[in-house]
Amino acid sequence: MTKATETLMPEHTAAHDNLSHEHDDHEHHGAPKGLMRWVLTTNHKDIGTLYLWFAFIMFLVGGAMAMVIRAELFQPGLQIVDPNFFNQMTTVHGLIMVFGAVMPAFTGLANWLIPMMIGAPDMALPRMNNWSFWILPFAFSMLLGSLFMEGGGPAFGWTFYAPLSTTYSSDSTALFVFSVHIMGISSIMGAINVIVTIFNMRAPGMTWMKMPLFVWTWLITAFLLIAVMPVLAGAVTMVLTDKFFGTSFFDAAGGGDPVMFQHIFWFFGHPEVYIMILPAFGIISQIVPTFARKRLFGYASMVYATASIALLSFIVWAHHMFTTGMPVFAEMFFMFATMLISVPTGVKVFNWVATMWRGSMTFEIPMLFALAFIVLFTIGGLSGLMLAITPVDFQYHDTYFVVAHFHYVLVTGAVFSIMAAVYYWLPKWTGKMFNITLAKWHFWCSLISVNVLFFPMHFVGLAGMPRRIPDYSLQFADYNQWISIGGFAFGLSQLIFLVLVIKACRKEGEPVTSQVWEGAEGLEWEIPSPAPYHTFETPPKVK
Amino acid sequence: MTSPTSANNRLVLRLIAVVVGMFGFGFALVPLYDVFCDITGINGKTDNKAAVRTVDEIDKNREITVEFITRTNSGMPWEFRAETQKVLVHPGEVNTVAFYVRNPASSNIIAQAIPSVSPGQAALYLNKTECFCFNQQPLKAGQEAWMPMSFYVDTSLPEDITYFTLQYTLYDVTARATDLMESDNPYLRQPVSGSR
Repeated sequence: MTKATETLMPEHTAAHDNLSHEHDDHEHHGAPKGLMRWVLTTNHKDIGTLYLWFAFIMFLVGGAMAMVIRAELFQPGLQIVDPNFFNQMTTVHGLIMVFGAVMPAFTGLANWLIPMMIGAPDMALPRMNNWSFWILPFAFSMLLGSLFMEGGGPAFGWTFYAPLSTTYSSDSTALFVFSVHIMGISSIMGAINVIVTIFNMRAPGMTWMKMPLFVWTWLITAFLLIAVMPVLAGAVTMVLTDKFFGTSFFDAAGGGDPVMFQHIFWFFGHPEVYIMILPAFGIISQIVPTFARKRLFGYASMVYATASIALLSFIVWAHHMFTTGMPVFAEMFFMFATMLISVPTGVKVFNWVATMWRGSMTFEIPMLFALAFIVLFTIGGLSGLMLAITPVDFQYHDTYFVVAHFHYVLVTGAVFSIMAAVYYWLPKWTGKMFNITLAKWHFWCSLISVNVLFFPMHFVGLAGMPRRIPDYSLQFADYNQWISIGGFAFGLSQLIFLVLVIKACRKEGEPVTSQVWEGAEGLEWEIPSPAPYHTFETPPKVK
Repeated sequence: MTSPTSANNRLVLRLIAVVVGMFGFGFALVPLYDVFCDITGINGKTDNKAAVRTVDEIDKNREITVEFITRTNSGMPWEFRAETQKVLVHPGEVNTVAFYVRNPASSNIIAQAIPSVSPGQAALYLNKTECFCFNQQPLKAGQEAWMPMSFYVDTSLPEDITYFTLQYTLYDVTARATDLMESDNPYLRQPVSGSR
């Protein structure tokens, strides 16, 4: 044991004992140099950075696929890609954005922020942390590599419904299955790390109801992850054995049932969508009080609302399956359970608005994104309520209305919250204020283009345009041109963000104070900017 | 007070147990789904075993329309049709309907018929005393057969159900049922009621 360790609080030895002692020699110095720093790192800040860059790269890759989709749909008829490749694009775009962009971005933020927010020196299981990041590039190389195989990559939609993914899929499905396994293992390890860190490594005085909401929402998200990622692993395993080893979980001819696939998938899938939005709620709950210069309205109700949303997420899955011929009482149950979720979600939106009410608001970039989030996420929530109504869902099911709905909650919801978080904490990470002019361009270009992109989808969806098709009827042509133009503009706007982040990482810009934002409160704003490589080696005092 | 390391280890082990448990739960959903559908009858699945008729009661006051739909799964070349599109039955009365199949392909094929009842709740009240769907059915190239299905509707069928549809889908299971390849279809030469 080195001298430095002895001064640590007992909780810290927990993390420390999990490290091998060979690593001790650079444990208490600054960051090591060179490439191996990133490969071998067990530092939560390094791993957070790796996750965030990985997520950003995947966001651009998945975005490029969306550009292919929008280019094909610019006009009716088949012009750029063949339908099979189009299906691969919609499938892999979805998989990459869900598992490669949004989830790793949140995990990256968790790695960076949770230890700093609860006054812990690092994550509880730093070596597992390294492992859970470094298996991800392999998973996505496999997934992307399958696109170049004979017969193409996965083309059955990110929901991989049987029998599309079993009887009718290409042989590269095995690669898809294994890559999903690896992504799942990575998420589960990340979630276990978050839970153990929050349970065991809070600074003295950091009681449960003093934890920042980002920490709370991530804790609940982590429980959702360990509850449902294994179910996803089970579902892909069944697809694998059905396709290659002669089982018939989903094959009616062998006594299985394809509808059962949808039940298992959505039992995972619905909690999964909350996995992608609860940390966003946490981020917004951090940002709004800072720039309204008021305490968060209804802290306890926020915590309970988050927990209620998480619990309810387990009993609403079949609202994705209203058209499968369920009996009326089941449709009624899932309809009302789904509508019930709008109550805790409404509590949250109400609390954010009430926090701003009579606050001394200023509109810095993170606040702009947070405000855009609140308005646009609520639009997505309202279209979700429309979809929850069983009888009308029969019209909306599998149309562009659904596409509009989940892009409002995932792009202007989850992705905007991640951007808000990056703008909010980037100065803390780099010690320099980012280029505000570029950030304003990024915000306004994104805000306008994202609405040109997704809002008309509501109309073409209501008019009957089905999702996941490479060609469409002529009457949808005008709207689709607008949508594609919005799509290209939104895609290009993200390059502004890329330039901004690269400039920030090269430490360009004005130095910032440790508080960075005038109204910011919390432990992470009490340490210097940039955040030192090791923080809270002695636990802070929590008031 | 235990040391923080063992507190971490204990928590990690518990969380791993949850993960393993949920992985198992994913697979447990398969039998649970069948049991749930069997009890509630909400999936339109009928019993895969012959029902034994215990009471002879026939409810002459009610008349139920049972409609038949036949289809073959994609890639399954057989001709498949019911001798009649619908029958009127009294609850409790046993009816037999014959289904015609022909294998027009140049190879021997083994089929499995999968039933589905709509509305799903009616599946609980549809009892089959004999059905070609209980077994896999082989047909050599060019052969044809009339396959019988005998059923009665339970007298406890809810009042609001007066019409229901029984659909059979034929699947090609040749690849997984090679042991039947050489055997003849039991219904091959056996004339069944209603056959022409």
